[in-house]
Amino acid sequence: MIRLLDVTLSYPGRSGPVTALSHTSLTVEKGEFAAVVGPSGCGKSTLMKLVTGLIRPTKGKVEVEGQDVEGPVKIAGMAFQAANLLPWRSVLDNVILPLEIVSPHRARLRRDKAAYRDRAMDLLGVVGLKDFADRYPWEMSGGMQQRASLCRALIHEPALLMLDEPFAALDAFTREELLVVLRDLWQRLGFTVILVTHDLREAGFLADTIHVMSARPGRIVETRTVDFPRPRPLDVLYAPAFTDLVHSLRNKIAEVRQA
Amino acid sequence: MSKITAEDLTPIAFTLAVFVVWELACIVFRIDSFILPAPTAVFSAMGQYWWPLLRNSFVTLWTTVVGFILAVVFGIALGLVVGWSRAIYRGLYPVMIGFNSIPKVAVVPILIMWFGIGEIPAILTAFLISFFPIVVNVATGLATTEPELEDVLRALGASKLDIMRKVGIPRTGPYLFGALKVAITLAFVGAVVSETIGANAGLGHLMVQAGSNFQMPLVFAGLMALAIEGILMYAVFAFLEKRMVSWAFRSSSSAAG
Ligand SMILES: Nc1ncnc2c1ncn2[C@@H]1O[C@H](COP(=O)(O)OP(=O)(O)OP(=O)(O)O)[C@@H](O)[C@H]1O
Ligand SMILES: [Mg+2]
Repeated sequence: MIRLLDVTLSYPGRSGPVTALSHTSLTVEKGEFAAVVGPSGCGKSTLMKLVTGLIRPTKGKVEVEGQDVEGPVKIAGMAFQAANLLPWRSVLDNVILPLEIVSPHRARLRRDKAAYRDRAMDLLGVVGLKDFADRYPWEMSGGMQQRASLCRALIHEPALLMLDEPFAALDAFTREELLVVLRDLWQRLGFTVILVTHDLREAGFLADTIHVMSARPGRIVETRTVDFPRPRPLDVLYAPAFTDLVHSLRNKIAEVRQA
Repeated sequence: MSKITAEDLTPIAFTLAVFVVWELACIVFRIDSFILPAPTAVFSAMGQYWWPLLRNSFVTLWTTVVGFILAVVFGIALGLVVGWSRAIYRGLYPVMIGFNSIPKVAVVPILIMWFGIGEIPAILTAFLISFFPIVVNVATGLATTEPELEDVLRALGASKLDIMRKVGIPRTGPYLFGALKVAITLAFVGAVVSETIGANAGLGHLMVQAGSNFQMPLVFAGLMALAIEGILMYAVFAFLEKRMVSWAFRSSSSAAG
């Protein structure tokens, strides 16, 4: 579904070009849950922008669903560390926003308003925000805003979900709750996910494969398959095998930071 | 309606106190009414000349409002153009700051030479002086859209126009209303300045005339009328701002907003 073939990306920096990624190759299958971990500044966010076509590679090729990416891919939902909801819209209207943009929904929205509303309410129900649909973002906690942001990323049923440290700003309990929410959403809807995270436990709990990146200029130095059976209960987080996985990932990252 | 609190009354109390102190000072220090007329003298002048004051206030009001409306229309239009692209923003911003720093008083004589004595120079001065704050604020509102939010929308296939409509323009609301509040007062200043330099009607004109006839109470009555008019115009826009972009007031108190 997603292939990066020997991709290099340089930003035009103030003092000469900054190479964020060099000779990176990556494959993510359809419906796969992939996680990307690596030291800070190694080019993870850059990788996300490349896959969604927001920036073009300096060298190499990016393919999504067998087609070369030449502009924004139009099938992706995205969520970031900051929820970035629009403060002048209610939660429900924030969630509906992508439908006002993505075709064919944008043409149908006016006619099928009620149906789309129900769809948004369903999704809000799944993340436990049903009663908050008419609230405004500033009336909600950070965790609730992040749930709404997830709904916004999924409302148009994208084939691809891109998450850039979506839970980084949350406390441990809220994060665990949202891990479960994301796990269930993914199992229900079956989209492809690329999740960038600093939290190795998060990666281990959710992902099918974990890609470890080197320090800048980044490239994938190791790919791990995570084969804990699904559906994974939260208890997996405390299993010895899980701790071993996290431990060895941690060592790997410490190693690439040194190099 | 909520109850009137002590806080609501303090502005009135202060205003009254100023008048009392002023009156007492005039009596105690025996200040000549050609220098500083006492408030009682000013109010009686207001009563005596209420019709010329009202008529000239009205002239000042409409020249201000026409200049202001022109500034809003052209200011928003130019602001949208400037905010459309970061390149235009970076290129034009310094130029606008340059234009804006020209004291507009210096332009009034030129306008009078071009358009003659009358309302047009007042309108144009009001326009010029209130135009730039509007442009700058609209453009800033557009140009400072969060890049991540833009990414979210672009990854959905949003065009530049979509992003403007859904995010850029709504989020300029608070910037725009903030600017309007300032701009209306500036427009007022512009109109009055122009009237004092050359006009045949308006509060500025009235005050100059009264001054040359040594009618100091009337000059101060004119000042008082200016203050009242200015406060009213500001209040209208402060009220509109609260009504139209209430989300900006509330969300600013939350860290995530
Ligand atoms: N627009 C830009 N212009 C110039 N350099 C950039 C730009 N964006 C990113 N970089 C550089 O590219 C490198 C990779 O950035 P990127 O944001 O992809 O890192 P990251 O892995 O997401 O970091 P973090 O984990 O801290 O979020 C960094 O060194 C950064 O300084
Ligand atoms: Mg990043």
